[in-house]
Amino acid sequence: MTPEIKRVGAFEGLPAFPATSRVKAVPTGPLARILFRGSPAAAASVSAVFGAPLSTVPMRAGEAGGRAALWLGPDEWLLIGRDGEGEAILAAIAGAVAEPHSAVDVGHRNTGLVLSGARAVDVLNAGCPLDLHPSAFPIGMCTRTLLGKAEIVLWRQAADRFHIEGWRSFAPYLLGFLAEAAREYA
Amino acid sequence: MLLITCPICGPRPEIEFRNMGEAHIARPTPEGTSDDDMAAFLYLRSNPKGLIAERWRHVHGCARFFNAVRHTVTDKFVTVYEVGAPKPDLAALAADLAADLAAREAGR
Ligand SMILES: [Zn+2]
Repeated sequence: MTPEIKRVGAFEGLPAFPATSRVKAVPTGPLARILFRGSPAAAASVSAVFGAPLSTVPMRAGEAGGRAALWLGPDEWLLIGRDGEGEAILAAIAGAVAEPHSAVDVGHRNTGLVLSGARAVDVLNAGCPLDLHPSAFPIGMCTRTLLGKAEIVLWRQAADRFHIEGWRSFAPYLLGFLAEAAREYA
Repeated sequence: MLLITCPICGPRPEIEFRNMGEAHIARPTPEGTSDDDMAAFLYLRSNPKGLIAERWRHVHGCARFFNAVRHTVTDKFVTVYEVGAPKPDLAALAADLAADLAAREAGR
């Protein structure tokens, strides 16, 4: 008998997030994720083939055609695409960048969820120490930071919508932390 | 919460950072360096009561290293600067701090 290989989402089987009209958390589902490291010149070459621009302005995300490039450091970007696009993106990068660089598929290491609603900022700030006022953390801003004891990548997609990337094994912790914080706004 | 100014990301909460020890300590070449000098490189630090130049890493942010001058009593960050930049004149910075404090005391 051939053993069956089943894909299990990181948030599957976890207690449901107590969604209310004021805040909800929804897993993104599988996505293609590439961690790219290289010079700004290499990043410009990647922008041309990836579609979404790799920002050279710190802490800014570039978005286009369902893809996003999140600035993580001066030579480091997280590229996000649709599920299954990972290999094509890697091949495109390999063809576009001649100089030394690194592109690693982290699609199975990371997992993501979208936290949205009028109370999303308050729920995040229960464990994230950043100033999330729109003047300090505007739409389109992204950064690595902390949520409780877990490292996350936080990206503000809209005034009251955040994409949160975490490591897969932290999924129960992240969802549990956010759910606990959201009880206050139930 | 104490805010530390990353040269790249700006002011950020201290828990995103790691202290990486005293800055400007060059590793000697093992050949021709005495055991005592090698031991000093490995283990002896200035450990001042006052200003110290340190390496810091914004590990839960841009993940880059930078240098900072910090006061070991008040925990005040006096300045931050890029890796590779020359060590600031700590005595001059300490004098500036003292003058600033004296001015505040006088204005009280
Ligand atoms: Zn930084």
